[in-house]
Amino acid sequence: MSGYSDGFGGAWKLIFTLDPDLYEIIFLSLQVTITAVIIASIIGLPMGAWLAVNRFMFRRYVIAVLNALMGLPPVVVGLFVYMALSRAGPLGGFGLLFSPAAMIIAQVIIITPLIASISHQTIRDLWAEYHDLLISMNATRTQRIRALLWDGRRALLTATLAGFGRAIGEVGAIMIVGGNIEHATRVLTTAIALETGKGNFAFAMGLGLVLIVIAVIINLAIHIVGKTERASTW
Amino acid sequence: MVSILPLVLTDATAHMRGKKLVGPVSLTLSPKGFTMVIGPNGAGKTTLLRLMHGLQRCTKGQVEWAVPAAQARDRQGFVFQSPIMMRRNVADSLAYPLRLRGMSKAEAQEKVAKCAGNFGLSDLLENVAPLLSGGEKQKLSLARALITEPEILFLDEPCANLDGRATREIEHILQQVQARGTRLVMSTHDMGQARRLAQDVIFLMQGKVHEHAAAESFFSAPTTAEAKAFINGDIVE
Ligand SMILES: Nc1ncnc2c1ncn2[C@@H]1O[C@H](COP(=O)(O)OP(=O)(O)O)[C@@H](O)[C@H]1O
Ligand SMILES: [Mg+2]
Repeated sequence: MSGYSDGFGGAWKLIFTLDPDLYEIIFLSLQVTITAVIIASIIGLPMGAWLAVNRFMFRRYVIAVLNALMGLPPVVVGLFVYMALSRAGPLGGFGLLFSPAAMIIAQVIIITPLIASISHQTIRDLWAEYHDLLISMNATRTQRIRALLWDGRRALLTATLAGFGRAIGEVGAIMIVGGNIEHATRVLTTAIALETGKGNFAFAMGLGLVLIVIAVIINLAIHIVGKTERASTW
Repeated sequence: MVSILPLVLTDATAHMRGKKLVGPVSLTLSPKGFTMVIGPNGAGKTTLLRLMHGLQRCTKGQVEWAVPAAQARDRQGFVFQSPIMMRRNVADSLAYPLRLRGMSKAEAQEKVAKCAGNFGLSDLLENVAPLLSGGEKQKLSLARALITEPEILFLDEPCANLDGRATREIEHILQQVQARGTRLVMSTHDMGQARRLAQDVIFLMQGKVHEHAAAESFFSAPTTAEAKAFINGDIVE
């Protein structure tokens, strides 16, 4: 088991000596995922609210499709984005394949349905509760959506955190569209896969520890947000 | 400003998925007074109040205010049987209807402080509305509905889930509100409460108005057998 303990010790050393290669990867991971979460939230949150408040034809089907998209295998998303961005694809002209932008696109596609679906459920429940009151108070459509988004903000924050958690740990799609290119598109998950394959356990575990810390922080944040909601220390 | 009253219902009927809930109802609510809507469970009290307020669609007949419906809306209030509490503190809950009408934050704050004083809510301003007691919630609902100074206030069994003390407090507030000239329309299944507060009574059964009369004559000389039985406390359905 010496490989195991050596790897562990080496990992901490890399982290605490601020190894530039390690931190470059961490930084790119956060950059890509945070950008993707912001874009997915800008699309997903209002979409969820809109689906909850408006009645229209095929609404049920739109919601069913949304829920189905949530279960999309990331590898398949990666494949489609790859095909779209490759030189022969419809978006090939932009030259985005194997760039951080391609990874952001793939992550946005993976987590937008998740964020939209969670926010739809949240807003729908709150709307059922508030409906009579807001109608009675003669609130306009915009005022209604604003009240629902504001009063549901904790649950909505949970939705974006869940999206972040899913995106930061994703590997299949990122590998395909990013290409795991050193100093360009190598992120935490793809680097771990590569370094493990090469037997470079110290580096892989260093990255793994960072990823675990990020995941724990995210889940802790979700927990705390949920707790303040229940304890109503608003 | 021209009054939104009287409210005139002409064969007003409410259906839900083909099933008739209430109606046809024809009656007039004069500009002044305290109307009690009474009747057994399921008689249609809630539906009738919602129909008047516009929360329930009128599928046949008419519900007409003295001004166009769009103008009448902002000058009515509604208190629900189970209070709808926004996930906000008491101060923000009270400010909300004022802010909806475009009032500035400072102006709203001032009005909230004054209103909270009138309703004995001053010590609760920072409390979270959904965590208040039942009585406090209903007082907040009442204050929130009245803070915009509506011409008419609908109340759907506001004391149904309250104990005697909270009920007395609400009734006291309502008498003051009425004395200041606000038109009140309230449903109840509590005969005692109807006797204490009513100036006129609408007696509903199975979605139909069986009687609409001044309180004294209704309680002393009901004209229908059902009303007589109901007043006597017999079980009617
Ligand atoms: N949303 C609804 N859908 C179907 N039926 C309803 C609905 N709301 C009320 N009803 C029916 O309408 C009738 C009147 O109900 P309601 O107005 O709540 O009576 P009350 O307030 O006097 O107890 C009842 O038969 C009830 O079952
Ligand atoms: Mg009722």
